[in-house]
Amino acid sequence: MSPSYERLTIDQVKEGDELPPLSVDVTATTIVLGALASRDWRPMHHDKDFAINRNGTPDIFMNTPNQASWFERYLSDWAGPTGRLGRIKFRMHNSVFPGDTITFKGVVDKVETDVVGCSWASVSLVLKTGDQVDTTFSARIALPSKAGDNPWARRGDDWKP
Amino acid sequence: MSELPNEVGEEIGEIPEEVKSWIDLVRYESEGEFEIERGYFHTTCASAENGNPLFWDDEVAEELTNGPIAPPTMLSVWFRPHYWEPGRSEAPLPWKIHFDLKRDLDLPEAVATDSEVAYGEPVRPGDVIRTREILRSVSEVKTTKLGKGRFWVIDAECVNQRGEWVGTETMTGFGYKTRKES
Repeated sequence: MSPSYERLTIDQVKEGDELPPLSVDVTATTIVLGALASRDWRPMHHDKDFAINRNGTPDIFMNTPNQASWFERYLSDWAGPTGRLGRIKFRMHNSVFPGDTITFKGVVDKVETDVVGCSWASVSLVLKTGDQVDTTFSARIALPSKAGDNPWARRGDDWKP
Repeated sequence: MSELPNEVGEEIGEIPEEVKSWIDLVRYESEGEFEIERGYFHTTCASAENGNPLFWDDEVAEELTNGPIAPPTMLSVWFRPHYWEPGRSEAPLPWKIHFDLKRDLDLPEAVATDSEVAYGEPVRPGDVIRTREILRSVSEVKTTKLGKGRFWVIDAECVNQRGEWVGTETMTGFGYKTRKES
């Protein structure tokens, strides 16, 4: 018997769809745990004095790989485990600090099927603190074309991220 | 990161010919220093409160990916060296070109500003990842709210022990002098 979980298929997605927002209260632990989980030992992600005096920032701040982890979590909350990331791109405009409440939002820009029959959703996401945009993010995520399809089964020339 | 008009009086040197010669060539190639294991997957999922059953539930992992895989966004984790190991006097650096550029362009501070990653074969427990670092570009002098410096773009191309492409991470860094340093 197959395990039970949500499976978002491409026919359930259309351009302009909004992803449910996600808010997170960021603490110093969030920043340090994220940095160490990603094996990032650089001091601006755990040493407040270093961050202030060397980087000129008001506090330690979230590192790049952990921001990627948070965006991946946000996308997989929406797509479920059958969603497979093909490509991501993001730009950090402002840093994320302890004490911030960050909010993720997203919208589907495009739905398409490629030449090898893989179905893709292109989505634009944003991470904000209040009204301030901290990071903009885009992703191309493969979704099942129908029940039973599994993007993770694609290999070699059948996978064109 | 937003750019500001360049200010008069801040000294940023020319790009050395040596640095220009690195562009589009493999400058470093390295193998991961540890065997990839599932505990790391869970620590990373915990850091972002990621409950995706693909990473936690053996039955789901077996059905979808024939066993456990790493969250794709962990790609850079596999080429970050240990902070310390016996016989090593100082911590080696990931993104070595990034730190070479800080040194050779005399830009004492640097941050990552943009990142783009394309993902191939999933990474699995027991895999060993090889990474090739390639400098793609160095910008003209730019000024941001952090200071004055240059942007650079570096690729890290990763393959597994079977030679299968698992992903390419492209990092844009900004090396700079703060106002008091310039």
